[in-house]
Amino acid sequence: MSTLEEVQTRVHVPLVQPRLPRQAGVIVGVIAAAFGGLLLVLGMGVVGSVLLGVLAFLVVLPSWSLMVEGRRGATDRLMTGLIWTSFAIAVVPLVSLIWRVVSKGVGRIDGTFLSYSFFKTQIDQPVGVYHAIIGTLLITLGAAIISVPVGVMAAVYLVEYGKGNKLAKAITFLVDVMTGIPSIVAGLFAFALFTLIFGPAYVSGLGGSVALSLLMVPIVVRATEEMLMLVPDDLREASYALGTPKWKTIVRIVLPTAIGGILTGITLAISRVIGETAPLLLIAGATDRTNMNLFDGAMTTLPVLIYGQNLRGDAPAEAIAWGAAFILIVIVMVLNLAARIVGKIFAPKKG
Amino acid sequence: MTAPTAEVEDASANWATARAGVGDRIFAGAARAAGLMILAALAGVFIFLAIKGASGFTKPAEVYGPHAESFVGYVVPLLVGTFTASIIALIIAVPLAFGIALVISHYAPKWVAVPVAYVIDLLAAVPSVVYGLWGAFFLAKKLVPMHVWLHENLGPIPVIGNLFGEPNPAGRSILTAGIVLAIMILPIITAISREVFSRTPRLHEEAALALGATRWEMVRMTVFPYSRSGMVSAVMLGLGRALGETMAVTMVLSVGFDLSWNIIATSSPTSIAANIALKYKERSADLLNVLVATGLVLFLMTFLVNFIARWIVGRSERRMAR
Repeated sequence: MSTLEEVQTRVHVPLVQPRLPRQAGVIVGVIAAAFGGLLLVLGMGVVGSVLLGVLAFLVVLPSWSLMVEGRRGATDRLMTGLIWTSFAIAVVPLVSLIWRVVSKGVGRIDGTFLSYSFFKTQIDQPVGVYHAIIGTLLITLGAAIISVPVGVMAAVYLVEYGKGNKLAKAITFLVDVMTGIPSIVAGLFAFALFTLIFGPAYVSGLGGSVALSLLMVPIVVRATEEMLMLVPDDLREASYALGTPKWKTIVRIVLPTAIGGILTGITLAISRVIGETAPLLLIAGATDRTNMNLFDGAMTTLPVLIYGQNLRGDAPAEAIAWGAAFILIVIVMVLNLAARIVGKIFAPKKG
Repeated sequence: MTAPTAEVEDASANWATARAGVGDRIFAGAARAAGLMILAALAGVFIFLAIKGASGFTKPAEVYGPHAESFVGYVVPLLVGTFTASIIALIIAVPLAFGIALVISHYAPKWVAVPVAYVIDLLAAVPSVVYGLWGAFFLAKKLVPMHVWLHENLGPIPVIGNLFGEPNPAGRSILTAGIVLAIMILPIITAISREVFSRTPRLHEEAALALGATRWEMVRMTVFPYSRSGMVSAVMLGLGRALGETMAVTMVLSVGFDLSWNIIATSSPTSIAANIALKYKERSADLLNVLVATGLVLFLMTFLVNFIARWIVGRSERRMAR
């Protein structure tokens, strides 16, 4: 083979691979949607036609790509399609759940639903979930009162005092592990603790608060720890240079700087535990009356009430359960929103 | 720490230092006490469960009744139920979670990725009892046709067919419970894998792309190898969550005691956590001890799973820091 021939064959090697047109995804998408629509018209169920439409998209686009772009391009298209599909699949239950709760729950909400308890003093008195709302708020407040000081101080210890020592490492690690404690185990712990001290028939809101705080402390510690680590060392050193003792530096300089993030973390922690059911089922019990005393007697919370209504299973009970679920979701969403707003308001001023 | 300022005299400087020292000691002590309290609480969980549950391991046969005679016989079906539901949940949730994490970290433009991340966080914020309600009253009914379809189409296949025996007419099978669990553990797996995916060094990714890799090849060759341990621990944490989740299983599953391979059966063994929630009301002291003992088993199991997960994360973080 002469050199000239070799050069000529090389010249004909294409430098650009053939590619699908830019709108290929859109084109196939429209075709797949049309296919799904056709199936729907032909009398197939909504779920089936959507599934087959997505499947058509996932088959057609990679096949087309395989013919034009080759195997690697086709794999890429297929994986991109699958990855986006996975996201779509995850959104479906969320939308369905929120739609369900709102559409079924809103109708049950009215003035009497929010202001009456299950306990009837007259035969025709309307039922409401007032007692459960009070119970939820009191027990969660109790949990916050226990876990915020402990959580924040523990985080202060980890960041300000224990940097790198063995105890701090052990605490950090165990706090991480603690975030994974099943809520029912927290309930069993409170149950075991209180029944050993006060006798086997003991139920109270306080026990619920203790159980919830076991779940809440690790979240508060993690959030506070992260925020404290973001406080620049310059601030601490400037304070020390002015002769301020370390504890005052922490209380007056470090914590105020990080307060936005800490409050956000606490609010998110509250929104996490306010919907807990299992531990309260075990130790806080359930009652039809409004109980304002955290230290004595059974106390119903919204999640426990929902569970109880679910067990009864008849139509009025189901309606009450959806109504209570709606209130619970609203509380949780408001807390989440509040967390974001609080974080923005208290964010350290820059510049 | 507390150098005297220019204004104070020598004697009062000493006094100021001493006072600051006291304040410091008290504050440091309080912080340390809070830290120790967390350790004590964790130890307390173990100790109190052990005290209350110790006798639950060796009760007379009738306490474990009517379906078992000993603690082992009582707890094994529950363990099977716990792991069946968790494994179904993992099989469904893990690929989805990795896909969503990739959408957020690598595929979507920022204006899509931020709301997507927010939506997934919303999934985590929904209380478990609401998932249970939704699963019991809505999803279970909707899944009945799927149960029938699975039984008719996959039932006759030799080995896999065992999983899809006689279907549950109400849809309240362990498969449905697993699906609800999957939705509940999706956020935590997504959050952690998203974190590790986005930590892949930019240079690795750009090098792969510069060599002509497609986007998927880039993900496979740079992102996955870099975040392998993070992905493993994300799955483990999801498993820990699934093992201990109570309400979804309690409210969705119709409980039975026969061990079988059929995951769409009319009744299946429930999970440890759900069993506690279902049985605690009987309040017979003997049975309560047994329930606390099963709770201890659950605690140790989730502790171990979480411990391993965190250990893997910690190791990979040290490796990355180097």
